[in-house]
Amino acid sequence: MSNHYSSVGLVTAQRAEFNVPLPLANGSTLDQYEMVYETYGELNAARSNAVLICHALSGNHHVAGRYNLDDKNPGWWDTMVGPGKPIDTNHFFVIGVNNLGGCHGSTGPSSLDPATGQPYGSAFPVLTVEDWVHSQARLADRLGVDRFAAVIGGSLGGMQVLQWSITFPDRVANALVIASAPKLSAQNIAFNDVARQAILTDPDFHGGDFYRHQTAPRRGLRLARMLGHITYLSDDGMGEKFGRMLRSGSYQYGYDVEFEIESYLRYQGDRFSGVFDANTYLLMTKALDYFDPARHTGHNLTQALAAVKARFLVVSFTTDWRFSPERSREIVKALLDARKDVSYVEVESVHGHDAFLMTDPAYVRVMRAYLRRVAEGLQI
Amino acid sequence: MNMRLPEQNLRPDLERVANWIAPASRVLDLGCGDGALLSYLRAEKQVEGYGVEIDIDGVASCIEHGVNVVQSDLESGLSGFESNSFDYVVLSLTLQSMRRIEFIVQEMLRVGRIGIVTFPNFGYWQNRWQILRGRMPVSETIPYEWYNTPNIHLCTLHDFDRFLTAHKMRTTAQMVLHQGRRVNVLPNLMGSLALVRFEFE
Repeated sequence: MSNHYSSVGLVTAQRAEFNVPLPLANGSTLDQYEMVYETYGELNAARSNAVLICHALSGNHHVAGRYNLDDKNPGWWDTMVGPGKPIDTNHFFVIGVNNLGGCHGSTGPSSLDPATGQPYGSAFPVLTVEDWVHSQARLADRLGVDRFAAVIGGSLGGMQVLQWSITFPDRVANALVIASAPKLSAQNIAFNDVARQAILTDPDFHGGDFYRHQTAPRRGLRLARMLGHITYLSDDGMGEKFGRMLRSGSYQYGYDVEFEIESYLRYQGDRFSGVFDANTYLLMTKALDYFDPARHTGHNLTQALAAVKARFLVVSFTTDWRFSPERSREIVKALLDARKDVSYVEVESVHGHDAFLMTDPAYVRVMRAYLRRVAEGLQI
Repeated sequence: MNMRLPEQNLRPDLERVANWIAPASRVLDLGCGDGALLSYLRAEKQVEGYGVEIDIDGVASCIEHGVNVVQSDLESGLSGFESNSFDYVVLSLTLQSMRRIEFIVQEMLRVGRIGIVTFPNFGYWQNRWQILRGRMPVSETIPYEWYNTPNIHLCTLHDFDRFLTAHKMRTTAQMVLHQGRRVNVLPNLMGSLALVRFEFE
């Protein structure tokens, strides 16, 4: 295959408007909303080859390809999605969607509230993974997809995959849950709350209505992102990449950037806080915290998965301590106990939680093998 | 691109193991390699099964063949599997290289009703003859030199039988093979590969 590493090329985001109110987990409704999405590949005549990509905390609908020839970076999962790539657009019709509450085009806290003509800000409801799944299902309806060949996601995206398989068992043939967890641990919630506190206590936050003050809680968001980044990398990986390297080669006995790791984190924090919405960050971390599908079944995950019909591939990474292999094994155990089809792979990687976005050979190989099998099933 | 493993390629010991397994049962295959046994059982006997494999090549191959596989180290046990959740638990050509034999065999009969193991029979005459000549045996089923062998718990057909009795288990079927063929005469001497099916007493 000569096109193993080729790209989906130039892509354009699309937009879908919804005017039927969406009931939300918090009891309220979102009366009208828009969702932005991208698609790659062609939906086949049987409409059986659709794949949904669910994004993680800071992701979006721009999964693969570039918007124009000068684009420096392709979509966030361009390594995995494209012609000849593991999620092969020669076989699959791939959909990337920006979740509601996001800040990349779908209706979110920074969107204009039609009721006031002002950005929603603090008026935007806190959303859950279940809410996202319902909204994504409506988009699937709009695109003529009854049943996905696969729903795929890492981290918070993996939670959406798990929820999809539970909420719509007949609409998911294969569920690929990567570097995820059946619910967050206390430690994970703790990290999220420190991140939220950084934002909430920023004087520029203005109770979430910072837009009308023409400002944004950038310091808070920057800190939140820096903290997050530490938890996405492994100690070993960070050591390997940065060690104790000094930018100038010697101690400066001050508080400016000295160690390379400081420089890296500050750069990541600065960049992120300039482009991401603080309210979206709050909302995403809250959705993470709330996710717990076994909450409705007496904390019995096996029971929560009883009606699931999808085949599962669960993948974890050895050095991921934010969503550790143990958490993935909880999902696997529940699926085994519920007698579901499941395969589990624990990929050796130094990349920590971020490994799900990287290309460790075993990871790519397993994804390719699994999805090749899915693609073959379509032709029968 | 043929994704189903051709059945004629099933290893001779696995073919015999497959014969011991009832149709439509649930099978856990420990150290399942490329998933050949499960792939065969699924196609021929409507068996529902899972493999356990540590090696990524085997895991990837299972996935490619649509065989459910859990990547895990058998030495750490089968804690991911519920008690009494399988009809059969198979451990083929792996026992001899494991550290905790008692532990894994007990785990097999915790999660399953019937255990099936296959292992190189140390009682095979060529092994005995080489020891008599003062050398560590190297034979078809034990193809390693003493210094590079992964095998740390070799035993004879009789040894395994006694092991089962000592642990309140019993043999319900046994067979020895040599070069893929069944051997009926003096099995512990003439068979290089042993197959044993067992249950609790």
